[in-house]
Amino acid sequence: MSHNQQQHIAVAVSNLGKAYRIGIAEQKEENLISAMIKSIAAPFKNFIKIKSLKNIQSNTQGKDVFWANRNISFEVQQGEVLGIIGKNGAGKSTLLKMLSRITEPTEGRIELYGRVASLLEVGTGFNPELTGRENIYLNGTILGLTRKEIEERYDSIVEFSGIEKFIETPVKRYSSGMKVRLAFAVAAHLDPEILIIDEVLAVGDAEFQKKCLGKMQEVAGKQGRTVLFVSHDMAAVKKLCTRAILLQHGTIIQEGTPNDVVNYYLLNAASIANGNEVAFEHAKGNKKFVIQQVELLNEHGEVTQIAESGKDLQIRLFYQVHEKGPDPVVILRIRNNLEQVLFTCLSRNSYHGIMQLNQTGSISCIIPKLPLLQGVYSIDVVLKFGQDITFDIESAFNIEVEKGDFFGTGKLNNDMQNGMIIYHSWSME
Amino acid sequence: MSQSHLHTIIEPANKRQFINLKELIRYKDLLYYMVLRDVTVLYKQSVLGFLWAILNPLFQIVVFSLIFGKVAGISTGNPNLPYPVFSCLAVIPWTYFSSTFTASSNSLITTSAIFTKVYFPRMIIPMVPIFSKLVDFFISLIILLGVMFFYQYVPGKNVWLFPIPLFIIIITSTGLGFWLSSLALQYRDFRFAIGFILPLLMYVAPVAYPAAKVQQQLGDTAYHLYALYPMVGGIEGFRSSFLQSQPFPWTLVATSGAVAIFLFITGALYFKKMEKHFADVA
Repeated sequence: MSHNQQQHIAVAVSNLGKAYRIGIAEQKEENLISAMIKSIAAPFKNFIKIKSLKNIQSNTQGKDVFWANRNISFEVQQGEVLGIIGKNGAGKSTLLKMLSRITEPTEGRIELYGRVASLLEVGTGFNPELTGRENIYLNGTILGLTRKEIEERYDSIVEFSGIEKFIETPVKRYSSGMKVRLAFAVAAHLDPEILIIDEVLAVGDAEFQKKCLGKMQEVAGKQGRTVLFVSHDMAAVKKLCTRAILLQHGTIIQEGTPNDVVNYYLLNAASIANGNEVAFEHAKGNKKFVIQQVELLNEHGEVTQIAESGKDLQIRLFYQVHEKGPDPVVILRIRNNLEQVLFTCLSRNSYHGIMQLNQTGSISCIIPKLPLLQGVYSIDVVLKFGQDITFDIESAFNIEVEKGDFFGTGKLNNDMQNGMIIYHSWSME
Repeated sequence: MSQSHLHTIIEPANKRQFINLKELIRYKDLLYYMVLRDVTVLYKQSVLGFLWAILNPLFQIVVFSLIFGKVAGISTGNPNLPYPVFSCLAVIPWTYFSSTFTASSNSLITTSAIFTKVYFPRMIIPMVPIFSKLVDFFISLIILLGVMFFYQYVPGKNVWLFPIPLFIIIITSTGLGFWLSSLALQYRDFRFAIGFILPLLMYVAPVAYPAAKVQQQLGDTAYHLYALYPMVGGIEGFRSSFLQSQPFPWTLVATSGAVAIFLFITGALYFKKMEKHFADVA
């Protein structure tokens, strides 16, 4: 790499890894007794340890070791906005925690060129008893500003938050929206060269979110600042980021333009929809007519793991008939995260005529313009021959739904999660 | 704003980490606002407010004067020195020590929500109570003035020396705070141990009786070893500096001071060594 290019690197990550001991975090005992036992046993352990030294990194390869991140390498140029996407548990948070120096990597190296601010949460350290003004100073210093820097930004922070009237009121009397506004206002004025930001935009009302997205764009674009941005909001990633990486099982599996990476993610990310096979075996019913596998297909008929709000979704059930019966019925119940049934797809009513089954085959339920908000939904599957239940399983599989442009207005349902969305329109006379 | 030339490298630390004083100084405002938060929040929504800073030691002084002064008849070592003055001069610094000891030891556990989300020098956390409790300490000195006025007791000529033992107490609390906060975060047992160790520590310290009593009863060697417990030099030194009849116990104070500094330095080094695990064990 030429000297000239090197000057413009803001973040360089090489071979980064973080291992946790499952159950016992980082070789630490949770209580004194076990630590004492451990210290008594230490000579024996040391013996084994020395013996296994031939094994490279023997201390981090045991069965009780879980690598939250491994072999992560990437570079971010100055002025770039890097989107980091991946399912829950893919290692995004651990990566951010290492980048923000909260936790130390087990291996590898991170180099950061410039002042860093990280925002894994809005309003860290807010104290409910203190007033808005007092919390601006407390939160600001926690985020690394000095008193002088806060004083210079104070008026602008208060103005941005839009809660001038309540600035001398204890924060415990604020609505949650007001708290977020105030917290984000502080964060927006950090003015770092590198901003590391977790899904903080998922909170707050839509109008304020727009303001924050605008502020982020301003930070990234106009001032040539570098942003690392973790999000589940695919549209925001596409809109804001200049490049994206996709994490899965703690490593980068895809890197490129936001469009490519997001599309790859939606089509291929780790299997969520594949039903729990063990659970399938424990289904209730007489098993004459059963489901063996489930598949999700997107609007183009491609197998996908994640559904998008407002796009056509096809749920394909692979069945097997062990013993023939009359009048087959398929019931899918869609539940939200509170286990409430949102709607039911009942083939007895919606299927034209009577289903004709083979020995094996597939039945697809097509839901046009998926009316679900961002979130994870669990699906109950019930199969019947007439009134006879042949297969009944609660939470047979989950569907993860990402945000989408449901109304075709170019706007996302940022402020809503875990629920239904009904198509409607407005007219004005 | 011009591009700064800050260059941060993050990698697993295999070498011993030294305390980054420059960084600590850069975060001095955070310490200030955390102390301010503690002071402002403590007595909010309480009717008596800062009176509590007086009531707590005051009740102890009354009970001590009744139980140890009257019932047990412990001598202050000087017929001109009324027991309430004697006990007041020990209970007030002891109250400061015990409250910082508890708060500082628990500080990492109670603030884990913050340091698992943001990076800042974690050393600030156990230092916050050391400063915030000083406010209570200075308020409770009002009792001392009141008791001295009531008994018409005039402080001796050594009174200007009282910052020395006070400093020993502060250094001891900070050192123990570094040790115990990081230990308590890893081994929650310490949290429970602190609760019952604190009263024991008080009986061992010369709070209810003069340190000279130890010399009388147990001999010179025991007396010198006694000073290895830093609160001996701290409490006895603090009390002596206000008394007319007693010379300032320089040897006690020197020994205790050395132990206090040792606790402080080792505590800081241990804290720094364990710091990298905090976010993982919190």
